[in-house]
Parts: sequence; structure tokens; C-alpha cells
Amino acid sequence: METMTVALTINGRRQELALDPRTSLLDLLRERLGLHGTKKGCNQGACGACTVLVDGKRINSCLTFAVMHSGAHVTTIEGLAEGARPHPLQVAFIEHDAFQCGYCTPGQILSGVACLAEGHASSPEEIKAWMSGNICRCGAYAGIVAAITEVAEKNHA
Amino acid sequence: MTPFSYETAASTAEAIEKSLAGGRYIAGGTTLIDLMREEIERPERLIDINRLPLGGISEDADGLIIGALARMAEVAAHPAAGRAQPLIVEALLEGASPQLRNMASIGGNLMQRVRCPYFRTLDAPCNKRTPGSGCAARDGFTRAHAILGTSEHCIATHPSDLAVALVALGATIRTAGPQGSRDFPLQELYRLPGDTPHLEHTLLPGELITAAKIPHGAYARRARYLKVRDRASYEFALVSVAVALDIADGRVRQARIAAGGVGTIPWRLAACEAALTGRVANETAWREAATLAVADARPLPGNEYKLVLLQRTIMRALELAGEIP
Repeated sequence: METMTVALTINGRRQELALDPRTSLLDLLRERLGLHGTKKGCNQGACGACTVLVDGKRINSCLTFAVMHSGAHVTTIEGLAEGARPHPLQVAFIEHDAFQCGYCTPGQILSGVACLAEGHASSPEEIKAWMSGNICRCGAYAGIVAAITEVAEKNHA
Repeated sequence: MTPFSYETAASTAEAIEKSLAGGRYIAGGTTLIDLMREEIERPERLIDINRLPLGGISEDADGLIIGALARMAEVAAHPAAGRAQPLIVEALLEGASPQLRNMASIGGNLMQRVRCPYFRTLDAPCNKRTPGSGCAARDGFTRAHAILGTSEHCIATHPSDLAVALVALGATIRTAGPQGSRDFPLQELYRLPGDTPHLEHTLLPGELITAAKIPHGAYARRARYLKVRDRASYEFALVSVAVALDIADGRVRQARIAAGGVGTIPWRLAACEAALTGRVANETAWREAATLAVADARPLPGNEYKLVLLQRTIMRALELAGEIP
């Protein structure tokens, strides 16, 4: 197997990794680095469970090769809290019961963080449209929309 | 996934050289990686073009210029795009998901491959994937398939929303290739399936899309993209329609209309456009123009509903565009 070396900063930690170029960013995170928070749902870009932030933008980590992100900064659910203090959207997800089985939750939260940063959370309708890349088969959508709405309102207060 | 070598290109010339030596371009990767995982695509050498200086959005006296490596999200959020061509922004935001729009490039969007489930199932015959093997879709579930531009060899629809809007607006693309640069109408990029559905575009070996240019037009402001689908967002079109209208003193001076979800390529509706020229802008004109859209349609039992749905979607899109002050 031919490997390539790529340097990435993941959750603030710079790492040099020798990789098979076929390794998706998702598989790098889960299989190689043990960051199991990012989930593999459909593995074809349809469900959003693998959503991470790359240089601040939300993407599907299953549909990209890790070697394409040399020099990039990747944020996963494990890197969202500040020390022991959870991200405000993580707190809001707990308060609003925004999950049941929890499998889609890391992707929902990363996508929600980006949705807020993009300024696409001004109404429940806007949140629904801009969170449509994240599927929840338990149907916790009402709680998810409420959690994002609450953080958006706090940010503007 | 079949093993491949991966390299980045530092210049367009280097990318073209590597492509001619058997390399396959990759930008956002959202179509290609998906198909590689299913082993429908098996490139042995990938040329990552993301570091080439082909991004950015600009405007000149003639039109809006979108770099081929600009991302869908970036174009949709760009003030110049919203000001000059709201139709492009609406079509982009009706497509894919926020995550995919952050990844997918404009060039890749135009080059994306079909979503026909038989194309994506290795054990189903598909003339596009394996020329001469047959078309499983014709006798299969055809609800999402094309009614225009089909052949007995292929009935898959072209999936891009953006391409429909660009074709309606008469956009051109610029390419770079071994023979230098050329500009041509986007419509000429796409080939009808005929008896060679595996040949989808007219790019030459090594040729790379570098930009799209959308000419300014008096019709750009009164424009809408209406997409009908099974979900409110993040779904491919069953039928979509892009319209742009130049209306003066209550009469249509010029209409631009194209449809998605119904054609094997983004489908310009020239007969509907011509029928509207000079007409009083009202419901009667919209209805009469819409009926012309399906004259050449060849539906199958599973997608006959698109005959009516297409006409109604055209009518509604014209109505919505006509309402723009």
C-alpha cells in the first residue's frame, strides 16, 4: 500500500499522518485517531452524521479524502467544549431534549454551530431549511430547532 | 475502493499535462468519491485541482464571472451574484445540503453524473456505465426519469439545478486545454444520450472548465427557480423550472425558460420562450406557452405525470417571476 504524509490540525492539535490516499476524513477520525464522536451513517453524504468543521465550514467528512486537507483545521464534537465547559449548543441540546438515540447528535451539533455562525438561524423555518443536511430518524427535530433557536436568541440578546 | 495515486497540481498547465497522462480531476469530490466507493468510477490517478487559482466571483460590463473552483455556498452568498443574477442564487440554494454546498465546486456541479439508481447499481445493466449492456431503467421504476431527450439506450435525467438556471440565462463556460482556452455556450457542453450514453459531455481530453460567465440581461431581475420534489429541501427535482422575464409596459419583451428533472440534459424550452415574445404578461400567455413544453416528450408509464407537472410548474414559475416588481 502506497502511503502519503499529510499534516492536519485536529481539535487544535497538529498531527502528521501517513495515510492511504483512499482514507476518507471520516475514517481518519474514527479508525485512525479514535475520535468516535463523528458518526458514519450513510457514508454517501446523505445523512449528515459525519458533519465536521474544516477551517470553520461544515462539510460531510465521508465524502472527502483526508489527503485533500493538508494544512486544514478540523473541529469535531470532541473539540467543541472549552475545557470542562460544554459549547452553548451542547447545553441547549440537553435542555431541549434534542436527541433520542444520539447517533446523529454530533453531526447535528456541528451543523448547528455552523448554521448559527453563518447567520441562518433567524427563524424556525430558516433553521429547518439550513439543517436539512442532517437527518434524525428518531425525529427529534422539534428539540433540535428549539435548541438552535435558543442559542441564536442568546447570541443576539 | 480501487487504489489510486493522488497528486496536487500547482498550475493549470501542470493539471492538463497530468490529465492527459491518465489523471482524473478532483475538486469538491462529492460526486466522484461517492461513485469511487461504489466502484462505478475507478480512476487510477487523481489530480487535485483545488490549489489552482480558479476560484472567485467577479463582474464586468458584460456579465457575472464565476470561477470553476468557487464553491456553491460561496457563490450563493456573494453580493455580486445576488445583485446580478438572483436566479443563480435561488437555484444553488435549492440544491444539495449546506454541507455539500460548502464542498461542491461550480465546475464539478456542471460535470456531476446522473442519479439513476440503475447507473449506481453494479449488477444492473446500464449503457452509461457499461456500453451495450442495456438499460434497466426503461423497464424499471421510471418515476424520476426523463421525458425529453431520451433514447432507447438511456433515460436518466441530468441532476444539476445550477445548470438549468445557467442554460436559461445563456451562460457560457471557459475551458483550458492542451490547445489553449476556449469559450462556448454551456448548452453545448452536454450531449444527448442517443446510442452513446456513456459520452456525456463535449470536453476534449485534458480539458478543464475554468469559469462560467453569465451575460447581463434585462430579464435577470424578474427570474425564479421553482423546484418540485418529494421533500421541501435537500432532494433532487422531479421537475424544476428556471424562468427569467423582461417585461415592459405589461408585455413580454423576452423570456428565458429551461427545465430540470425532465431532460437527459438541462432542457432549454425555446418554443415556450418564442411563444411569449410580445405577449401581454398574464395567465393566458403563461398557460399557452407551457403547453408547448411537452410537444416532443416521450414519457414512460412511470413518469407520465411529468407531462402535466412540467406544464404546471412552468406556469407557476412564470407567474412568480411576473409578480416580481
